[in-house]
Amino acid sequence: MNLYAVKAIYLFEMARTWRTLLQSIVSPVLSTSLYFVVFGAAIGSRIDEIEGVNYGSFLVPGLIMLSLLTQSLANASFGIYFPRFTGTIYEVLSAPISYVEILLGYVGAAATKSAMLGLIILATASFIVPVHIEHPVWMIVFLVLTCVTFSLLGFIIGIWAQSFEQLQLVPMLIVMPLAFLGGTFYSIEMLPEVWQKITLFNPVVYLISGFRWSFYEISDVHVAVSVVMTLGFLSIGLIIVAWIFRTGYRLKA
Amino acid sequence: MSTESIIEIRGLSKRYASGFEALKNIDLDIRRGEIFALLGPNGAGKTTLISIVCGIVTPTEGRVTVGGHDIIRDYRAARAKIGLVPQELTTDAFETVWATVSFSRGLFGKPPDPAHVEKVLKALSLWDKKDSKILALSGGMKRRVMIAKALSHEPEVLFLDEPTAGVDVELRQDMWNLVRELRDSGVTIILTTHYIEEAEEMADRVGVINRGQLAVVEDKAVLMRSFGKKQLTLHLAEKLPAVPSELDGYDLELNHDGSELIYTYDTHAARTGITALLGDLQRAGIAFKDLHTTQSSLEDIFVSLVRRSA
Repeated sequence: MNLYAVKAIYLFEMARTWRTLLQSIVSPVLSTSLYFVVFGAAIGSRIDEIEGVNYGSFLVPGLIMLSLLTQSLANASFGIYFPRFTGTIYEVLSAPISYVEILLGYVGAAATKSAMLGLIILATASFIVPVHIEHPVWMIVFLVLTCVTFSLLGFIIGIWAQSFEQLQLVPMLIVMPLAFLGGTFYSIEMLPEVWQKITLFNPVVYLISGFRWSFYEISDVHVAVSVVMTLGFLSIGLIIVAWIFRTGYRLKA
Repeated sequence: MSTESIIEIRGLSKRYASGFEALKNIDLDIRRGEIFALLGPNGAGKTTLISIVCGIVTPTEGRVTVGGHDIIRDYRAARAKIGLVPQELTTDAFETVWATVSFSRGLFGKPPDPAHVEKVLKALSLWDKKDSKILALSGGMKRRVMIAKALSHEPEVLFLDEPTAGVDVELRQDMWNLVRELRDSGVTIILTTHYIEEAEEMADRVGVINRGQLAVVEDKAVLMRSFGKKQLTLHLAEKLPAVPSELDGYDLELNHDGSELIYTYDTHAARTGITALLGDLQRAGIAFKDLHTTQSSLEDIFVSLVRRSA
């Protein structure tokens, strides 16, 4: 194991986070906090409780999940796309480093960054709306699994993308709508029956439901289903990455 | 320089997905400690060859070992020995010089060694720029940073792909001095260049590649000798209709209008025959008003080789 290389990539990526603190931490925390203020504290006071939880508090897990998804994708996809774009990827490809090590460095850093962000948002939210966490260990498990899974997905997008436009395509056109429709702002029981069924095809439902359960013990699907589905998404990501590395897809001619 | 090979390339071919055959059955040995210049026109396969050895491009056929380690089966050991300075100036613009060079060292699996990084930066006159962001550096300085990155992990083999393209004269001199110092310290250097006079001045051996095939691999001195020739041109006082019969013993040519007599000879032969020729010219009553000699350079040799293999 070339641990020096993993560390080098990891620290390089984290250095980018500190260098762009405003954009990578402050901006997402601020924009998510605005949701808490508007939908939680202001409008939320006129909305009924959902399954015994006041609306502002209900929003917290969903909005954290929304940030984790978008930030993991953005961090990881940019982290690997940018060296491909500038050409500095040559160095990583020519280094005595295995694909697993490359993955640990890039995906590890992206996931760390989103997990940090999630925790900062959680802390910020607790100042604005009442928050309590019923199962802290499960909360961390869901948080970490989601960060890793979506950083992996971001890594795949960063390798697939041929332009900055394509880099934005999947997050904006697929993940963002899925996250909004996946129960960030509502319980799926509030939907008409047919949409409740259709919604189950949305993978984000399982992530948000499990995460919300770890806070308030309320969920749209059973928590075990959420865990299995999350691990399933992680496995799919790993299989795609394994294929990318085996074939050298868009990395090696 | 020993005759032991540090890099062995056997039957190496590369066909890109587009169907383009960049390399066709290349066999090449690079000797430990030499400076090897790879010459060839654009698109000849120089960069593909380097990229395969460094692990950036996957070969279609053939095998390559570096220091006895197969570049695919034993890629860690093979790649750890190699430093690569690619042709394009690709740098992490927002990083400092110090950070990017230290990053490279870590990437190649070496523990941090600030003393070594300092030595490399000083050798490349980058020490006073160590805290500068790369985007603030000039093109020449960026080139130095890329060399520093390649040297950060103390490689045994250094690949320099067009290292002096677009570099000013002073930096080019510095760079060649550095290459000589590296060679003296035991590093094997493989370079590609468009400046043939540089290969002529620097290289121990020269390989000419054209259309994916090696046209020749030879000691530079031997190459210059076997392909090089010298010509003496005599500008005649009066034009001649033909080479006079009393001069038949010499390899003489008359130019198109009969005003110049051209004598081709071997500078390395025991006798060039020039003195005898001049004596015989005098006896034949042929006067000349001027003379000059020309020697074929590596460039002429290169052009003729490329043309021949085309």
